[in-house]
Amino acid sequence: MNKMPEIVLFFLAKIKKLALHFKKKKKMKEIMMVYYMEAKSARISGRKVAWITSGGPVEPLIAMDVIPVYPENHGAMIGASKMGTDLCEKSESMGYSSDLCSYARSDIACATVNGGPIGGLPRPDMLICCNNICGTVLKWYEVQARYFNVPLFIFDTPFCHVGYAEEVQRYVRSQLDEYVLFLEKACGKKMDSDHLKAVGKLSLEGQRLWQAVLATTANSPAPMTAFDAFYHLALIVTLRGTPLVIDYYTQLLEKMKDRVARGIGAIPNEKYRLLWDNIPIWPRTRWLSEKLASHNACLVADTYTSAWCGTTKYIDENNFFDSMAEAYTRIYLNIGVDEMARIVLEMVDMYKVDGIVMHSNRSCKPYSLGQYDIQKIVEKERGIPCLMIEADMVDERSFSESQVSTRIDAFMEIIKERKGA
Amino acid sequence: MKEADEFHAILKDPVSYGRKMKEQGRKIVGYFCSYTPEEIIYAAGAHPFRIFASGENIHFADAHFQSYCCSLVRGALEGALAGNLDFLDGAVFPHTCDSIQRLSDIWRMNVKGPFHADIVLPVKLDTESARSYMIDVLRKFRKDLASHLRVEITDDMLKNAIGTFNTIRRSLKRLYELKAENPGIISGRDVYAIVKASMMMDRDHLTEALPAVIGELEKKKGNAELYAGKRIVLAGGICNHPDIYRIIEDAGAVVVWDDFCTGSRYFEESVKDNADPMAAIAGRYIERPVCPAKHAGIFTRGENLLKIAKEKDARGVVFLFLKFCDPHAFDYPYMKEFLDREGIPSMMLEVEDQLPSEGQLRTRFETFVDML
Repeated sequence: MNKMPEIVLFFLAKIKKLALHFKKKKKMKEIMMVYYMEAKSARISGRKVAWITSGGPVEPLIAMDVIPVYPENHGAMIGASKMGTDLCEKSESMGYSSDLCSYARSDIACATVNGGPIGGLPRPDMLICCNNICGTVLKWYEVQARYFNVPLFIFDTPFCHVGYAEEVQRYVRSQLDEYVLFLEKACGKKMDSDHLKAVGKLSLEGQRLWQAVLATTANSPAPMTAFDAFYHLALIVTLRGTPLVIDYYTQLLEKMKDRVARGIGAIPNEKYRLLWDNIPIWPRTRWLSEKLASHNACLVADTYTSAWCGTTKYIDENNFFDSMAEAYTRIYLNIGVDEMARIVLEMVDMYKVDGIVMHSNRSCKPYSLGQYDIQKIVEKERGIPCLMIEADMVDERSFSESQVSTRIDAFMEIIKERKGA
Repeated sequence: MKEADEFHAILKDPVSYGRKMKEQGRKIVGYFCSYTPEEIIYAAGAHPFRIFASGENIHFADAHFQSYCCSLVRGALEGALAGNLDFLDGAVFPHTCDSIQRLSDIWRMNVKGPFHADIVLPVKLDTESARSYMIDVLRKFRKDLASHLRVEITDDMLKNAIGTFNTIRRSLKRLYELKAENPGIISGRDVYAIVKASMMMDRDHLTEALPAVIGELEKKKGNAELYAGKRIVLAGGICNHPDIYRIIEDAGAVVVWDDFCTGSRYFEESVKDNADPMAAIAGRYIERPVCPAKHAGIFTRGENLLKIAKEKDARGVVFLFLKFCDPHAFDYPYMKEFLDREGIPSMMLEVEDQLPSEGQLRTRFETFVDML
């Protein structure tokens, strides 16, 4: 080990102390702060940093002690802190079309100026791009591979229009081995398969806990809203496979169960229950949550946060590595619109919702194209109304508050009428 | 030139052409994009017919697609929902971008044709496992198509089909070369019509029609006048606007090559001789210049464009994109930078169904051409 300057040692000690301190309290904000501090000081502590897509197989990274960093999570932070529009404009001045994904646009711009709420992400040592969420990430990661001049691993999960073909399984499974070889080369050490097994177990346990947390909102009144889920989601995305996630969601689950037992709802007077579809409108979550609450409407569930626990049925507890192939390939956004509609219908039933709010998200074509068809299927099969909000997850220029507000009022009138309130 | 007339006629009314073939008892399989293994469709005795946007006003597709979906996807669905594609015995969707991916779902759920095939090719083309997966996918398509059409597709039939399509590709390439060597001998509009209609025309007839065109041009080239226009290359996805060529020519330039899905990417590279025809077809997709929705390396598309521009002695490049085409829009800044570094000027034009007004286009092209 190289001799580290004193200031560095001091810094590391401080992070450790902070981490220890927060281990007891386990607040999301602090956990994320420590996580980003660790990631940003990786160069000093000699650890590698990988940028990885939100739906990518992170477990091998955790097992190799590589710090995973999520540009999409970063994009959400940029959006939530209302810094997205500036960065999007910056990317447009770099030549990127304003029609492109705003996570990608803000991240690409942010990398060049180290802007945003945390002063940019730490420089990657490698890029892991899994295209199970979209084709956009491929192009985005190619941009970053050129910019940072670091190796790019593409984990190609063929789209499953109908079912899951055996040749897809073969292809994806063989890429898992290629992925491990890639990591071994990038890290200069062998993968410890026992460790990977342990990480896999933790990952599955974390996903099941997250599923259980989300399921508590099937109760009426719902102990938390989808807006809370958007917040608590950060851990299952970024740190799945670590014990931290288990501790955090175990506590959260207990808290929610307790609220259910005592009949405490997330909003003061839950009268109407709604389902959310698509990525949140990050800069407007608070406004939207207050707007809906003013109608006594609670967003009890969503198709977005459940995507990180939607494929547990494909995971073999005792053979996590092999079964990962199917689990990562069959996630919510990598399946046909009709199968998505079936999942939405299941959620409508499970959460007993009175209506659906769909965010038609200019940034996300695989999520948004097909929503009109899902809307029609839900209206036909369950007879509940769907509201379509045209917006964007980060770029506020695509959001018209007065228009959305009027449409929500009109939508809630319909729901109230139908429920005979 | 008059040999191009029949190509123009098909482009003008592809629906009538398709229906007429259907009346003659042909099985017609519609397809999207240049990654469709037309050889397999042809070997099955069916006619591969490329689907483009209907170019009509949108009545039906807006109920399925938001405003930020590209005009190709919207217009293709419109054509199907309006009943214009009733002559199809099936539709084939190679997986490329996020929008085509969803088009396939929405088509399957709403158009409900007799045969719907997704060819989910790998997204990366630069690994061995991707190659063997691609071969698997092609084999499966061969099997599915054969069983749907109730025919047998033998290796010999496939080899014969490969021969036919290699001939077509070689002819189209020769056409481009003749144009690049003697830009004055054929108009850009004619070249455009010939290449695009080749994706719809009866292929047996095409193998006679193309040599006729080329024969004429070979005769003409000796006494062709030296063309003085500035040489430019077009780059992008698909081009639906023949007028562009005329406006460019009016502005004092000439298109000498392109990097289009409806252009050179359609005909570049031959399928090599191989005992396994599926492996041979896969090999061509891996070798040929890629669509930006595929990955063959992080610099390949920029390098390819630069190579084209240099080889064809182009003075400038015009990027022509469909609005809302994400893969192309992501590659644009770095490809432009590649050109900038070599001192090759470029301009970018983003279009939807309708071109901007002719006056506006003329001004933009004239300004650009003056700069070259």
